[in-house]
Amino acid sequence: MTENPTRPASLELRGVVKSFGAVQALRSGSLRVEPGSIHALVGENGAGKSTLVKVVAGVYRRDGGEFLLDGSSVDFSSTAESKAAGVAVIYQEPTLFPDLSVTENIFMGRQILGSGRRINRSAMYAEAASLFAGLGVHIDPRRQALGLSIADQQIIEIAKAISLDARVLIMDEPTAALSGVEVERLFTVARRLRDEGRALVFISHRFDEVFELCDTVTVMRDGSYVDTLRVADTDVDKLVALMVGREVGDLFPKTPATVGGPVLEVRNLGSTGVFHDVSFDVRAGEIVSLAGLVGAGRSEIARAVFGVDGYDTGSVHLLGKAVPPRNPRAAIRAGMAFIPEDRRKQGLVIDASVSRNVAGVIRGRLSRFGVLTQRAENEASAPWASRLEVKTNALDMNATTMSGGNQQKVVIAKWLATEPRLLVIDEPTRGIDVGTKAEVHRLLSELAGQGMAILMISSELPEVLGMADRILVVSEGRLTADIDRDDATPENVMLAATRTREVRA
Amino acid sequence: MSRTYPFHAQPLWRRLLVSREAAVIALLVLVLVWAINFVSFFATQLTMTFLFLDIAPILLIALPMTLIIVTGEIDLSVASVVGLSSVTLGTLVDHGTSVPVAAIAALVVGLACGALNGFLVAYVGLPSLAVTIGTLALFRGIAVGVLGTKAVTDFPNRWSDLARQTVGGTGIPLIVVVFAVLAVVFTWLLHFSSFGRGVYDIGLNIEAAHFTGVPVARSKFVLFLFSGVVSALAGIYFTLRFTSSRGDNATGLELQVIAAVLLGGVSIFGGRGKVIGVIAGVLLIGVLSSALRLQGVTVNVINIIIGLLLVASVMSTSVLAWVSDAAARRHNRDRAASSDPQLTPAGVGNQKR
Repeated sequence: MTENPTRPASLELRGVVKSFGAVQALRSGSLRVEPGSIHALVGENGAGKSTLVKVVAGVYRRDGGEFLLDGSSVDFSSTAESKAAGVAVIYQEPTLFPDLSVTENIFMGRQILGSGRRINRSAMYAEAASLFAGLGVHIDPRRQALGLSIADQQIIEIAKAISLDARVLIMDEPTAALSGVEVERLFTVARRLRDEGRALVFISHRFDEVFELCDTVTVMRDGSYVDTLRVADTDVDKLVALMVGREVGDLFPKTPATVGGPVLEVRNLGSTGVFHDVSFDVRAGEIVSLAGLVGAGRSEIARAVFGVDGYDTGSVHLLGKAVPPRNPRAAIRAGMAFIPEDRRKQGLVIDASVSRNVAGVIRGRLSRFGVLTQRAENEASAPWASRLEVKTNALDMNATTMSGGNQQKVVIAKWLATEPRLLVIDEPTRGIDVGTKAEVHRLLSELAGQGMAILMISSELPEVLGMADRILVVSEGRLTADIDRDDATPENVMLAATRTREVRA
Repeated sequence: MSRTYPFHAQPLWRRLLVSREAAVIALLVLVLVWAINFVSFFATQLTMTFLFLDIAPILLIALPMTLIIVTGEIDLSVASVVGLSSVTLGTLVDHGTSVPVAAIAALVVGLACGALNGFLVAYVGLPSLAVTIGTLALFRGIAVGVLGTKAVTDFPNRWSDLARQTVGGTGIPLIVVVFAVLAVVFTWLLHFSSFGRGVYDIGLNIEAAHFTGVPVARSKFVLFLFSGVVSALAGIYFTLRFTSSRGDNATGLELQVIAAVLLGGVSIFGGRGKVIGVIAGVLLIGVLSSALRLQGVTVNVINIIIGLLLVASVMSTSVLAWVSDAAARRHNRDRAASSDPQLTPAGVGNQKR
């Protein structure tokens, strides 16, 4: 990449840092986008792409580093400021006001006023029509936003951005929910905008789209900038290598365990529009990981297996017995435990005490003569809190007061107290500090060693490769690969996770 | 590895000091002491008997209402269920049915009302505020429609006397004994059973409750059933006490019940509150209005005072929460500063407050 010193880049970030508490989401994010260029931003889940975008959009304020727009340094504290400065972000799922017309959505908050400060509708309709004509799309400016396809909603967002004269357009995984024809139309619009001299940033997990649309690509990994390449000079293998680019073999040593008979048997599980024909086993002493990209349907499969969501076809068996659908209580009775991905919303009753939470599932058997006392809960939860080394002053402290890592320990303690045969754990270490992370990994390994079957969902490739005995890769709601620990490499997992278009086409 | 934990972070007296229940009970004791010493005729058996006879329906209905509000729902139709069960009892007795059979029929009607509310809220998933505003009008409409403007006032004396019966020579009405039994049952249900823990979990975080295997829909449904049956029981008592079955009996009672429940320290957002506090809340309103009436204060002024008391008590929850949050934050900061100076920014952690 040669930099042109005479013409400043439309958007330039250098060494941008952003952390949330103890978690550093962005260590050193850099990006330089030239005007008249479509720039791809690629990286694994959690590589820091979204955080970078949110810094540019003014959602987050950076902790450090440089942020230049057209050569001058800026610092946005709100999305309104970034919009005013000519930055527009089009998200995967746009948020329009469904009851308002397309035109009203475009001019929300800055309606064209006529005489007497009355809203001039005809001028707005005319302006919207000319915007659509400029984009080469056919949408009636008078129709309601309700019922528009996602693709059309994105076009509305783009039209809005152009009417604001945005110089920088960032599209965060815009094609994830689009069909082939819609993708083509979006690309046509994007090329038109590029030819007008605007700078576009395109975030996608689909390499074929990157190669079709973009001229430049920046790779990120672990919150840091890795490299910027001309698309013409690179290929898929090289990009995957850059995205993964680290030794993962001995980060999370999983101790080998004797693998027993099947504990969980899932057959032909399907839920319309979410996942299809999913079949797999998890055996005693085995850690099986569901890997794949965010939104591929991994969590949804786990939720259906546990019964918090329903499914349309297929069956779930635990230790040979059928587990009824849509019934978490029955799943718990059968010996399943489920640690969900969002611990604040789903894993914990955050406003309840540590002991209430730890005893949350087992309390049914703690009552003596039909009377359940706080003391019984305290006594039952203390050993589990102690085993997991939960850091709290007392058992009646609210979970709100604890760190993310400690909250996760409370959730794990709660489910271990049920002495499950199968532990389903979704994102075991998301948002927790490095030390606790290692503790959780050691614990999972230990539990598998004791014969527990573990189904782990993780977006962190090193965690998947380090912990799992077997990796099931999910892509767009289907299992696309079943890879043994010994054969697993970052490259083949990533390839299976992004292998979508070819399969469908 | 083997770490031990104290069960409580703070000693009992400090926990009591910040609890809403303790505050309500303390206020009740204060008002009682004032009334007994300074209000003539208050500390007599007759006043006590009438005080309890008057507040009995509120006491009864407040029990299931407490549990419903702890789940974050509400039942506004309770007074209409009182009216409908009153009309059921009156109409059947008027047609020659014996009082016990008619009373059982009234309870069944209450159960059916609760089942309708519960089904719509728990299984259809409609908001209870909207559902029970609807059934408030629906049940009241049926009740008034059945009897019209007339009233059934002809009940066997044996039964109407029973409603006013006191236990031995104590002056405590029989209905208070019935209430005491129900209070023990509901206290056990909310505070000493797995079901009750689930009720709190639903109120605090319904999604986590679902993920933990709490039967969310079933719990809510059962609570609305309780509410219907207990309201019908209150309706039977109300009818026999005044020997009058009318479609408009107990109109507006739901707001008195909810006011007392909130005064007793239950959070309208769910997840917080205790049966004991609610009982104290009902008694506080009852004692205060009875004593003020004896002092010759007019009903309007009494309503103003109770209204102000309720607003002040709801405000005190926010104030207390704010104070305790601030204390907790400072506590955490201090602890973080002393145990792990690296986590706090330089210059902040080292300063002693």
